[in-house]
Parts: sequence; C-alpha cells; structure tokens
Amino acid sequence: MKELIIFKEGEIALKGLNKRTFEDAFIRNLKHRLNKLGKFEYTKAQSTIYAIPQSEDIDLDEAVELGSKVFGAAALCRALVVEKDFDAICKEAIAYIEETAMMSRTFKVEAKRSDKKFPMKSPEICMELGGKILEAYPHLTVDVKNPQMVVTVEIRDTAAYVHAGNLPGAGGIPVGTSGSAMLLLSGGIDSPVAAYMMAKRGIKLSAIHYVSPPYTSERARLKVERLCEKLTPYCGDVAFYCVPFTKIQEALRDNCPEELFTILMRRLMMEIAQRIAEEKDMQALITGESVGQVASQTMGAIVCTDAACRMPVFRPVIGMDKTEIVEIARKIDTFDISIEPYEDCCTVFTPKHPKTKPVLADVEAAQNAFDFEPLIAEAVAETELKVIKL
Amino acid sequence: MAVYLDNAATTRPCEPAVSAVFQNMVEDYGNPSSLHAVGLKAEQNITEARKAIAAALVCDPQCVTFTSGATECNNTAIFGAAKNYGKRKKKIVVSAIEHPSVAEPIKYLEEKEGFEVVRIKPSRNGEIAVEDFIDAVDDNTCLVSCMLVNNETGSIQPVRKIFSYVKRNFPECITHCDAVQGFMKIPMKSAELFADIIVVSGHKVHAVKGVGAMYIRKGIRVAPLIMGGGQEKNLRSGTESVPLIAGFGAAVRALMPTMSVAHSNAEEISEYLLKKLAKLEYITVNSTAENKSPYITNFSVKGIRSEIMLHFLESKEVYVSSGSACSKGAHSSVLTAMGIPDKLADSAIRVSIGRTTTKGEIDVLVNAIQEGYQTLAKTK
Repeated sequence: MKELIIFKEGEIALKGLNKRTFEDAFIRNLKHRLNKLGKFEYTKAQSTIYAIPQSEDIDLDEAVELGSKVFGAAALCRALVVEKDFDAICKEAIAYIEETAMMSRTFKVEAKRSDKKFPMKSPEICMELGGKILEAYPHLTVDVKNPQMVVTVEIRDTAAYVHAGNLPGAGGIPVGTSGSAMLLLSGGIDSPVAAYMMAKRGIKLSAIHYVSPPYTSERARLKVERLCEKLTPYCGDVAFYCVPFTKIQEALRDNCPEELFTILMRRLMMEIAQRIAEEKDMQALITGESVGQVASQTMGAIVCTDAACRMPVFRPVIGMDKTEIVEIARKIDTFDISIEPYEDCCTVFTPKHPKTKPVLADVEAAQNAFDFEPLIAEAVAETELKVIKL
Repeated sequence: MAVYLDNAATTRPCEPAVSAVFQNMVEDYGNPSSLHAVGLKAEQNITEARKAIAAALVCDPQCVTFTSGATECNNTAIFGAAKNYGKRKKKIVVSAIEHPSVAEPIKYLEEKEGFEVVRIKPSRNGEIAVEDFIDAVDDNTCLVSCMLVNNETGSIQPVRKIFSYVKRNFPECITHCDAVQGFMKIPMKSAELFADIIVVSGHKVHAVKGVGAMYIRKGIRVAPLIMGGGQEKNLRSGTESVPLIAGFGAAVRALMPTMSVAHSNAEEISEYLLKKLAKLEYITVNSTAENKSPYITNFSVKGIRSEIMLHFLESKEVYVSSGSACSKGAHSSVLTAMGIPDKLADSAIRVSIGRTTTKGEIDVLVNAIQEGYQTLAKTK
C-alpha cells in the first residue's frame, strides 16, 4: 500500500509568474519540518504539493501534524495512491477506509476528476464506488448532508488518490517570502500571537527579549525561550536575541520622571531592537500591542513610542480584544506558558500612575535630559544570540 | 545463577536510571520550587524527564504529570475524572480484568458514591470484545477504562477501537487507559489510543520504584487527590521526587531506541518457551489471546498449586509469579473473569521475561518445572 501526503495550495495558487518562488519556499519549509521523520520526495502539480515518503516506517500521522502548521497550504490529507483503473480504485479504497468505516454509520463519496481522459464522470464514480462501499460495509448508510465519513477520490494526471477527508492547513503564505522582521517578545500572551500572525504572512522572524537580572530571573528568560520553541513549528528556527537591560532601567529610574518610565523604556527597547535589526538587514519590527490594553498602549503612548522608530512597526493584534488574542494563543499552544507567573522586565519599576496621555515633546525632553547612548551601545554589544531550533 | 522471570512485577533498574537518581541526590539536590539556581537545575532535570516520557508517548510534555506510581495515577485519574465529569452522569464502563489500582477505586465509586458500574468480561482467551464494550457505553457514561496489556495474561486489549468509538459518539466521556504493561514494550502513541488519560509506571521499565506518570489530554480537567503547594500544575502537590523522576526519564531515554529490537527478541524467547511447554502434556497455556504481548506468558501446571510450584522454582533460583505479584495469594480475578476453571486458575504461573532473558534461562525454567512436576505431591 502506497501512501503520501497531499497539500492543497491556498493563496499561493493565485500567484502569477512568481508562483514558483512561493511553492519552492513552501517545499523548503516543509522539508525542514519533516526531515526529522525521514526522507520525503516532493513534487508539485496542479496547485497541489505532494510529499512522498521514501521509506515504509515513516510516521505519516506525525508528518500530517507537522505539515498542518506550515504556512502556505489551505488543506492537507494523507492519501492512498492507486493506479487509474476503476476496479483497482474500488478494491483498494474499500480496504483503505476499513478502520474509519467501522467507526462510522453514515458516509458519502466525493469525486474530483481533473484528468478528463478518465472514462467515468465524477457523479458516476461517486455512485459506483458508493455502491461498492455499501456492499462491503452493510452497516453504513449514505448521508450526503452530514456524513460521518467522507471518502474522496481524486483522478489526477499522474495517478488516482483516495482519502477519507481533508484537514485544514495552516493557511497564509510560506515563511521567508515576505522578508524578515524583529519581534519584541515579552513573555506575555500577545507577542507570541503577533509572531504567529506575521509569520502567517510569510515573514521570517527573529525575536528580541530584554532581561534585567537580578530584577528578573533566569526562569523568566527560559520561559521566553520555551515560547520561541512553541513558535518554531509555525515560524521555523528563530534567532533569539537576549538584551541585558538592567543598567538602562536603573538609569531611567534615577534620571527620569516616574510617570514616563514605561514609555521611555519602550522607546529605548525599540531603539535597541532596530539597531540590531538594521545590522541584520531586517526590514521591520513586530510588537504585540493592542490599543488601550494597558497604559503604555494608549493611542498617545503608542504615538510616543512610534516616534522613536525609523522602521515600520507591525502590530497585528492592534485591533483585537484580549479574548480574541487568547483564542489564538491557545490554538498555537503558547497560552499555558505565557501565563506562568514570572517577573518580567516590563513590570519592574512600573510607575504607580503612568501617564496615559503623554505629550511627545515632554517625553523627548525627558529622554534628552540624560545621555542614554553609552548604555544603549553597551546593551547592544552585550546582546546574546541563541538560535532556537525546531 | 538466578533466573529472574518476574519482570511484569518489577524490573532491575538500568544503569542510566541509577546514575541519574544518584546525580539528583548528591549533586542536583535542589527543590524545583526554589527560585534560585539550585532549584532551577532540579526543575530543568524534571523538564528533561518530562520530555523523555512525552517523546515515548508521542505527546506534548505539558500533558505529562508525575506521581508516586501507577497506583496513584490510576486513583487520581478515576476519582479526579469522576469528581469533575460524574456529577450528572453516573455510569462507568470498565473491563473486568483491570489491575486492582483501577478496579478498587471504581468499586469504591460504585459502593459509596452511587455510580453504576458495568464490567465487561473478556472471552476465554482474555480479549475484550469491542462490541460488548461499546454496547454498554451510553449518554449517561462519564468514564470508560480499559487496560492496554493485561498484567496476568499479556493479552492486548482493543483500546484504540473501543476508545475511538466512544470519543466519536460520546465526546464528553473520559477514556482512561492503564498502559503500565504496554509502555516501552509495544508501540503506543497517545493520539492513536484515543485515550484522555494514559497511565505508566517507572519500575516496570527499568527505572526505580516510587514514580509513575500520566498523560492527560489537553482540556481534560482532573481534580487532584492531594492538595498543597500546587506542584505538577496543581494536580499533584508535594515536592517532586526529583531523583526518581530523573531516573525514570533516563531509563526511558536510554531504552526507547531499542524497543523494537527488544520486542522481537521477546517474541523469539516467548515462542521458544511455548514450544517447550507444548511438549509437556500436563501444562495448559492460559494466555492464548491472538493479540498478545510476548513479554508475559501464563500457564497452569496440572495438579500443582501455583504457590507450591513457585516456591519449588524459587529453591532452584528461578523466580516467577502466581498471577500478579500485587495480589499475593489471592485468587486471580483475571483468570476467573476469563472463565478459566478454578482448578486451572489455582495452578497458574506467570512468566514475564525481560530485556536480558535468554533461551538458556528458559531451559532452566522448563527443566525445573519438569522436576517439580515429577517430585511434588499433586492435588486430586
């Protein structure tokens, strides 16, 4: 019995002349994820990508699970490969679906005939194969509206494929087709979600995190590394930059008005992030800000933070409620880690009454009252890089 | 030389397990809840062990909880699930051949908490029929429980078929699987079993006694039995036994890669044993399931009570078990449930081979049985 995994292209099927670039990027990403399971061959035809296992012992369930997180496919499924002969299709399909059939009471057959040279039309295939399945499994009944099992037969140019239902793919476009960006990753719920959303649009991500020992603990940093690990099935390997931030925070505490502490801190974080991003030829920053969620994310505060940026800042969750963000965090499995209670650098020195409507001129004046440049340069120089691999 | 053929009772801890235990007693002795670096190291060692168990079960490490052993896991799973899911649904369906650590909590729920319990009997060869099991499950069922490999006969139960039916038709019903005798012995994946809770034990897989783990599927809420400092995600309070947990992880990591080699070896040894036993007309093999773990063989010696044969073998330094080691001297409820006559059940011997068992050791066993049969007084 020969099986493979079929990926149906989503948006990339609509691309014009550079469709190939997107397909190749998808295959490259897929290869990177599936390599650890064993060797696969990859082919593409008719807006479909096939991953063909090269040995029998490869765990295809696991491959489907991993493949369902690779951006670029609208749907995927494991399927049986059969020669394009109707009797062979029936015989092998009936054996292939046995387990699902035994657990179902109702079913229907769907046929797609993209090879128009095949002598039977789709409705005929459905009727004939449906009849044979009924003979083989008398406990089943046909239900075309709400079946428990859907048997799909696809007659393609190269072969016929039989499977018992598509699974949803990750959607989006392949990571690496839209340039690269630096994610400001805090350890909270929002920034991993922002990462997922931008990776879905094809952006290759690096992450930057700020630590302030002894105000923050080693566990807090490890927590963020674990968040990166959770992102890798979607984003691929993540370059993780860890910035020592204690001196800057202490300087802020000693030299700046308390109510502007958070905004000034965020401006300095942006500055450090974009220096490293520029050095590594990244084109944008990504944050998990959502308007009005906290004092540092009011419209006024975002205006003041944004003014410190030379690069575009993508804020994919800007218009989302917490509940919507949490829903995605649960889906990508970062939520449980995000809510672990460790002190992070954003909560250290938090002012009692932060300014919710800061004025840019005041903020800039406060920042200029102290020369942060040497501290920024030192922080950038002492930043540690660790590649978090899949 | 001693021939140890009671590996289903417990196994000899492997070297990596022992050194991990030692390491975590003398070097990494911190409390994982401590905020400092010594505590962090201990926590990381637990995380590594958790990853190893998760890899063996093919699940997310977050789904693995450590406890003091499989008995505690089974108790937590059953009482914890019944508490959260059994308020309105008062029915439990369970196989009749469960280990006491499953059977007894369920009996308690039946007698003290008013649950209706349906116990599904196996056929004569020790297998539960899928139809019997799923016919008993209905809308009012909060929990179904079926072991993966029976500890006395080695029969592999059709857990996947039963649970997949249950989850498809009654998604809210909790599926619990005691997989102690299957873990690291037969291929097993959490998702493929369709189990919400899977229980495994350390000392059956060459780790040390006092540690077990359970897989709990994401989204399943199990109420804790023990309350306190909130360790193990609040499910099992009490400072984690870092040495035992690390030893468990080390054993799994060391032995998992050779699971299939060990399995084919066990198959060969088991076939060899059965072939030799077949030549003795006074032996009746009780473990006749079609789908069976090669690690366990159960047979009866005509006219000689289990305990007498066991002690005779012991005098020859051959160590086997009468039924299950956990219920010393008691009548085997498993063999009885299979419909095996009392006379045979009374003379049942369980041979459970291990990773290092050789054909030579089987020869020693069979010779000793022959000698015992000839010299021991027989019951009428």
